[in-house]
Amino acid sequence: MSTGTADVAFTVNGKAAKLAVDPRATLLDTLRETLGLTGTKKGCDHGQCGACTVHVNGRRVNSCLSFAAMHDGDEITTIEGLGTPDALHPVQAAFVEHDGYQCGYCTPGQIMSAAALLSEPCGPSNEDVAEYMSGNICRCGAYQNIVAAIQDVRGRKSS
Amino acid sequence: MNAFTFSRAASIADALRGASTGATFLAGGTTLVDLMKLDVEAPANVIDINRLPLAEIARTSDGGMRIGALARNSDVAHHPDVVRDYPVLSEALLSGASVQLRNMASTGGNLLQRTRCVYFRDTASACNKRSLGSGCAAIGGFNRNLAILGTSEHCIASNPSDQNVALAALEATVQIVGASGERSVSIADFYLLPGDTPQRETVVNPGELVTSVTLPPPAAGAKSTYLKLRDRASYEFALASAAVVATVKAGTIERVRIAMGGIGTRPWRSVDAEAALEGKPATAQQFASAAEIVLRDAKPQSQNGFKVELARRCLVHALTMAT
Repeated sequence: MSTGTADVAFTVNGKAAKLAVDPRATLLDTLRETLGLTGTKKGCDHGQCGACTVHVNGRRVNSCLSFAAMHDGDEITTIEGLGTPDALHPVQAAFVEHDGYQCGYCTPGQIMSAAALLSEPCGPSNEDVAEYMSGNICRCGAYQNIVAAIQDVRGRKSS
Repeated sequence: MNAFTFSRAASIADALRGASTGATFLAGGTTLVDLMKLDVEAPANVIDINRLPLAEIARTSDGGMRIGALARNSDVAHHPDVVRDYPVLSEALLSGASVQLRNMASTGGNLLQRTRCVYFRDTASACNKRSLGSGCAAIGGFNRNLAILGTSEHCIASNPSDQNVALAALEATVQIVGASGERSVSIADFYLLPGDTPQRETVVNPGELVTSVTLPPPAAGAKSTYLKLRDRASYEFALASAAVVATVKAGTIERVRIAMGGIGTRPWRSVDAEAALEGKPATAQQFASAAEIVLRDAKPQSQNGFKVELARRCLVHALTMAT
């Protein structure tokens, strides 16, 4: 059975995109395969690891559990839209400063979550940050430095 | 993933019209998209309902609250009125999933959340819920996270939601609209036991749409708690959880509502345990008796016998915290 395509228009990192997508295409696959924005990573593809985290209308979501066609009119921000090598976002700079990664695969998702956390009602402690970051898995185990980086940006001591 | 047609509902009438010919509603996607990737769900037609005006969270004229079916879990959990008057709901929501998922997941979708039974999620396995008559691989299989209350010989799947446990303790009502009009169903009557029809989990009929959940006015002077026990400290489903809303006056339990999660095939309210506690002193001995009542019909499976004692202690601790 032919099920056609779905028209969708959204902005990605401030640039308008108008696409005819396969309804099955996730936002994650559309960003990576159609728009060539490969900074957003595919980890588990089931909402369990957070590697695919992007911002939709300013809120962080798992782009793997969303069809691209659901985002008509939305404003999407990926890691490519957060900062540039010459002008890092404060969270990016803090991850570099605190060595908040090892292999780096989860890092775009970690940074997108951490950037969103700055405007969320997260409590002051390291434990509060760990709770708010629990949707982002780091199999290298860089958690301690990730928390330190986030607390640094928030102007808090990490211990 | 199987191919499907995709359309966006412009109005509730539009959504119902589309559903009348056989379609699946898509809200946050956190359950449906996941299950479509696994081929557990394979709808031919999908209707995106995210633009419907069903996201409002507002007071009702009787002092209660109405939560739109499309209100996101994050928005409900952090709504100042919910935090102040229904903290058990806020705590339950914040104990579930991750921030990203809570930003996506809707109130109505959470109500209809599917089990995490591994055999339900694996199309190569026998599962009566997914494929009626194929059997239940969980009985005698990997079942440490599954139910000990409300099971049948056909299905032992547990309801994984935290939200729904709090809604049961708060005596919420669910509003449903369909081709034949609107109806309201008490949360106590919303979920069905598996029996010999485990594929049917709620009273929502095909083509019907959940539009909102209403909460009665908060009980005056009540304290509450949501206690969740699980394998890791965050981002994990409950092995046992308890929502307690209690009013205690001069050491006597005047009113109490008890619901448990992680142990039942549906959010597990225990009216019998509530009745046994009301009018009694708020003591550890009474709490232990109440927990006995909740668990007296427990039917442990091969791997989840530990849940009987875990659930007992969970409820005793939650009652201690809320009184």
